[in-house]
Amino acid sequence: MFPAPAKRDGVLPGFRLGLGYTLTYLTLLVLIPLGGMILMTGKLTWGGFWEIATTERALASYRVTFGASLFAAIVNAVFGLIVAWVLVRYPFPGKRFVDALVDLPFALPTAVAGITLATLYAENGWVGQFLAKLGIKVAFTPLGIVVALIFVTLPFVVRTLQPVIEDIEAEVEEAAASLGATRWQTFVRVLLPGIFPAWLTGFTLAFSRAIGEFGSVIFIAGNMPLISEITPLLIISKLEQYDLIGATALAVVMLVISFVMLLLINLLQWWAANRHAKGDDAEPAEALAPGALVEARP
Amino acid sequence: MTVRRATAEPRWVRLLLTGVALGFLFLFLVLPLIAVFWEAFAHGAQAYWEALKDSEAQSAMLLTLTIAAVVLPFNIAFGVAAAWAIAKFEFRGKSLLTTLIDLPFAVSPVVAGLIFIILFGAQGFFGSWLAANDIKIIFALPGMVLATLFVTFPFVARELIPLMQAQGRDEEEAAISLGASGWQMFWRVTVPNIKWGLMYGVILANARAMGEFGAVSVVSGHIRGETNTLPLHVEILYNEYNQIGAFAAATVLAFLGLVTLVAKTVVEWRMRKETEMLTADLPPEKTELPQTVATERP
Repeated sequence: MFPAPAKRDGVLPGFRLGLGYTLTYLTLLVLIPLGGMILMTGKLTWGGFWEIATTERALASYRVTFGASLFAAIVNAVFGLIVAWVLVRYPFPGKRFVDALVDLPFALPTAVAGITLATLYAENGWVGQFLAKLGIKVAFTPLGIVVALIFVTLPFVVRTLQPVIEDIEAEVEEAAASLGATRWQTFVRVLLPGIFPAWLTGFTLAFSRAIGEFGSVIFIAGNMPLISEITPLLIISKLEQYDLIGATALAVVMLVISFVMLLLINLLQWWAANRHAKGDDAEPAEALAPGALVEARP
Repeated sequence: MTVRRATAEPRWVRLLLTGVALGFLFLFLVLPLIAVFWEAFAHGAQAYWEALKDSEAQSAMLLTLTIAAVVLPFNIAFGVAAAWAIAKFEFRGKSLLTTLIDLPFAVSPVVAGLIFIILFGAQGFFGSWLAANDIKIIFALPGMVLATLFVTFPFVARELIPLMQAQGRDEEEAAISLGASGWQMFWRVTVPNIKWGLMYGVILANARAMGEFGAVSVVSGHIRGETNTLPLHVEILYNEYNQIGAFAAATVLAFLGLVTLVAKTVVEWRMRKETEMLTADLPPEKTELPQTVATERP
């Protein structure tokens, strides 16, 4: 599967060592453990697997996990676009500081985020008390999960959009303006289609991270079965009841979803890169496509 | 009345968007950050120091540092080896390999912990063999190291791959054809070229290693004073309604997060400088720049 490199790369040493080490490490740490999990579900019949994966409690947990993740990703898509636009286009004091701060969710441990947001949005918390007056309860409800997920996935849309907005060529906007388009028309008809693939990629990255998130959510969620229990927590509670097979079955469901998301992100980036390449016959898609999940890209 | 460029938004739109963006970031990033420190010092500095001097807090910090110290060398070795093979050579199955390297990012932390329970836990594949030979992996340091290795797996590699691809093979090929040995070429040409990218990946991997919650939580067993990392310590205290203790430990992690952000920003700035120097066709390196943090100005 991985034959020796073509003759023309032959000058440089270390191919066998580098690739050999990479494949060994990857196999031992990632492929064998993930394979072991699939093997474990082999102890179940298909019917048995299906039964565990579709209990009322499991289905409710998928609904909570996906619903909250979708909600959070949409909020971040909207505000992330505004934040990215403002950071690229408008000058304001302290901009460098604000720009660096956007990565805070990648740097702050999720448990810290969890207890802090739970405290802020509790009924007597700084934010929660105002929402309580409006009759909105956030902490210990599904809405709390959304808040935690907004925090955790905040950088994704901003960081995928920023370089794309930076790359917009001024001529495009000038042309639109000189042809009589209003600023809004230029944005919707000319700029938005250009940044759309990146926007969608950021959205998908945020969504996919949100689905698996655990640390920040459990403190603020309340964790009521059927109402505010996310799937990762259900896996842990099965594990605590020594139901390893049950936990594994749910984990496989999550793993399959992760694979689908990973595939989708790869396709989106390939699409975005190809569109881009067609425009100004820049680097071929291959150079941009493989790196799938952008974690804290500058 | 001022004249507005046709490709700029009206002033009120700019102010509105800037306000919305900053308001959003304040609500979701700045406010939680303030709240962590506020809650920790709610009963004064004395109570704060008492909480940090607690022996369980101390052993949690030590364990967190130990795990990071064990994990980082593995990440560096793997990241450099993988990037060397992928960026400098052509071979079939390369994009599959790149996707597989990203895989751990797509897997939920809880699933990342679970896969090691399946392999090494009491009911797992090697469970009885390990018990018979009195080897403890799960609910002990090795399991926590494995889970952390899994979640930090892609960080260094995915920083280095695009960087080394952009740098190409020329400099290394020149070194080899001038008679350098493989390791001479590696230490004198490759390492100086990739040092900032490597540093960037290590900073991100370190932040994740010290802050990881879900994966470590599954394999740790939460034995106080033994297998509690700092994030797990935060959880235990919080669930015991020990606000001060939980938030005091959280400030340590938040401080680490802030250090991560500063270090990341500095390294990003250095990398940008170096690319600028390369593209400006100045002699790379040697045009020594001031090393201090404070000089981050355009």
